[in-house]
Amino acid sequence: MELFLQQCVNALQWGSFYALIALGYTLVYGVLRLINFAHGDIFMVGAYLAFFISTAFLSPEGMFAFPRGLTLALTVPLTMIFTSLAGVTLERVAYRTLMRKGAHRLYVVITALMCGLVLENGNLALLGASRKTLPVLLDKSVYDVGGIAVTNLKLWVILAAVLVFFALHFIVAKTRMGMAMRAVSWDKFALPLMGIPLDSVIVFTFALGSGIAGLGGMLFAMSYPVLEPYMGAMTGWKAFIAAVVGGIGDIRGAFAGGFLLAFVEIMVAAFLPSTFRDLFAFSILLLILWQRPTGIFGKPLTTKI
Amino acid sequence: MVKRARAIALICVAMLSMSGGALAGQTIKIGFPIPLTGEIPKVGESTKFAAELFREEVNARGGLDVGGKKYPLEFIFEDNESKPETAVNVTLKLIDRDDVLAIVGPQSSRQAVPAGAVANDSETPMITPWSTNPDATKDRPWVFRAAFLDPFQAPVAADFATKEFKAQKAAVLFEISNDYSKGLADNFRDAWEERHGRGSVVAFESHGPKDQDFSAQLTKMIAAKPDFIFLPENYSFVALIVPQARDLGYRGSFMGSDAWGSAELMKLCGDACKGQFFSTHYAAAGARGATKEFIDKYHKKYGYVPDDIAALTWDAVALVSDAIQKAGRLENNTGKMRKLIRDNLASVKSFNGITGDMRFDSQGDPVKCAVIVAIDDKGDFTFRESVCPK
Repeated sequence: MELFLQQCVNALQWGSFYALIALGYTLVYGVLRLINFAHGDIFMVGAYLAFFISTAFLSPEGMFAFPRGLTLALTVPLTMIFTSLAGVTLERVAYRTLMRKGAHRLYVVITALMCGLVLENGNLALLGASRKTLPVLLDKSVYDVGGIAVTNLKLWVILAAVLVFFALHFIVAKTRMGMAMRAVSWDKFALPLMGIPLDSVIVFTFALGSGIAGLGGMLFAMSYPVLEPYMGAMTGWKAFIAAVVGGIGDIRGAFAGGFLLAFVEIMVAAFLPSTFRDLFAFSILLLILWQRPTGIFGKPLTTKI
Repeated sequence: MVKRARAIALICVAMLSMSGGALAGQTIKIGFPIPLTGEIPKVGESTKFAAELFREEVNARGGLDVGGKKYPLEFIFEDNESKPETAVNVTLKLIDRDDVLAIVGPQSSRQAVPAGAVANDSETPMITPWSTNPDATKDRPWVFRAAFLDPFQAPVAADFATKEFKAQKAAVLFEISNDYSKGLADNFRDAWEERHGRGSVVAFESHGPKDQDFSAQLTKMIAAKPDFIFLPENYSFVALIVPQARDLGYRGSFMGSDAWGSAELMKLCGDACKGQFFSTHYAAAGARGATKEFIDKYHKKYGYVPDDIAALTWDAVALVSDAIQKAGRLENNTGKMRKLIRDNLASVKSFNGITGDMRFDSQGDPVKCAVIVAIDDKGDFTFRESVCPK
């Protein structure tokens, strides 16, 4: 029983990362009906930005030499802002130009894939292949709760994922901008006629999704402190699958899908030979999709990509 | 028509004479298919640095002395991206396009095993400095290595852990898609069960090549209450696994293998790896003689202490250049020259390298000693003991 609870904690932490990335996929898809395949690499950019910002602040020879607590408090918002900028730049440079020219959505999706590769290999060319490690920003302490080991960092990660989920839900459901986002996904062509600035809604969506990925990237770099250019590829890919299983386009779906994937992965590794982890995990997800092709929370739509 | 045929013939002659000219060879070409990017970039860097050091030293003397004539060394470095398929491609490229006389590399068994097949089929001598999986050289007369084998390394680790940790129960975590990691894990399990009886390996878990979270496997392993955890893993995984095990409340020891010994391990792993042990090819701290000389030269040029990969690469390159010198002449025909080098490599009776004395057995594998290294409080790799084959 203890073992099972410990695995649940592990799954909650791992699922938080999937959920944070899947939320970005689902936001962009929900508004633009576009699968932003570069999103996993935006997550990687977030992790690297956190590395640069925190080292700049912490470095004793640098102009700041801040204490850890202050560095952490500054790094979180700065990472989110800069990652948002990266996401918005991508939209501005790659996707918008294509969409303006009336390209079919498929071409934009392929462009997104290529942008992801450009980000990965650009990073490789710029920073070299050697791994980076995030400086320690939070003194880690391990708590033992009835035989279950939890660290303060893990609690923060889970809390962050839950808070982001509720914040997003609030933004989409209750604010004017959220209403505009829902309107874009409803009918992109009628929207400008109503006097809603389409471009700023799209920019806002990308900024929001990328900012969350930036937060995820930073927390990821704190939990798994070995950074490499391809770190976002596999994780981002799996998070996309999580978003689809949850029902892409739905915020609850991305959140639930992220945790579901992590639970399946961890439990398969925990109770079956770990060699079969991905095989079983994805077979189970396949079965779910087979039963519900639009995902757990998804609604049937007439046109997908 | 006649004109065209003549033109073609002329071009052919020109090409032949050009390639002949390259062979008659003002230079001696050696190819390095090494991991400059990918999972283990530091390994590629160490290889390149050590090889460059060797080349500069030889070329400063005017080149390698073969039968009274001096030929400068020319090294061609190709990136194998730490991938088996790329390793095969670049090895082929070096053999067919660049016409190298010999191959040094790839380093990790994951790339050396498939690349060895290519080199053997194309009858080109290859020597992998760092690969420890038996399959790299097994039944391949053209393939050699400079490192000891996993079937030797595993018992060394098992004996040391039994003595040092007074351990009865071991847990193992390894990377399933890596020939090196998987092979060593299997060998270790056999060695441990031979010493402590069946079931004494209480957990035997694996993970994939891109994994970052190991909490599921580690939770399972820790629940089995092992006396220590054996990690035959690349250093980038070690830096993730050891802290994660600590987060899950594990307080016991870790024992590693030679893939830990990268200069980058302590930078990535930090305090968590201090106090752990691993088996490897040489220990920089406390070295003497030629080894000390090499360490000093390397440190002076690149600013850090060379890891075992650099030392083994140096030995591998030295073995190849010895074999070329022993040939006494440089054949114009690449195939013939390659054959000469192979024969000379196969007949090495004993070689005094900077990673210790070695001789080759019938499979092209060296018989040499292993070293157990402890990671001290400053993060230095210090010599603990040396274990030689019986």
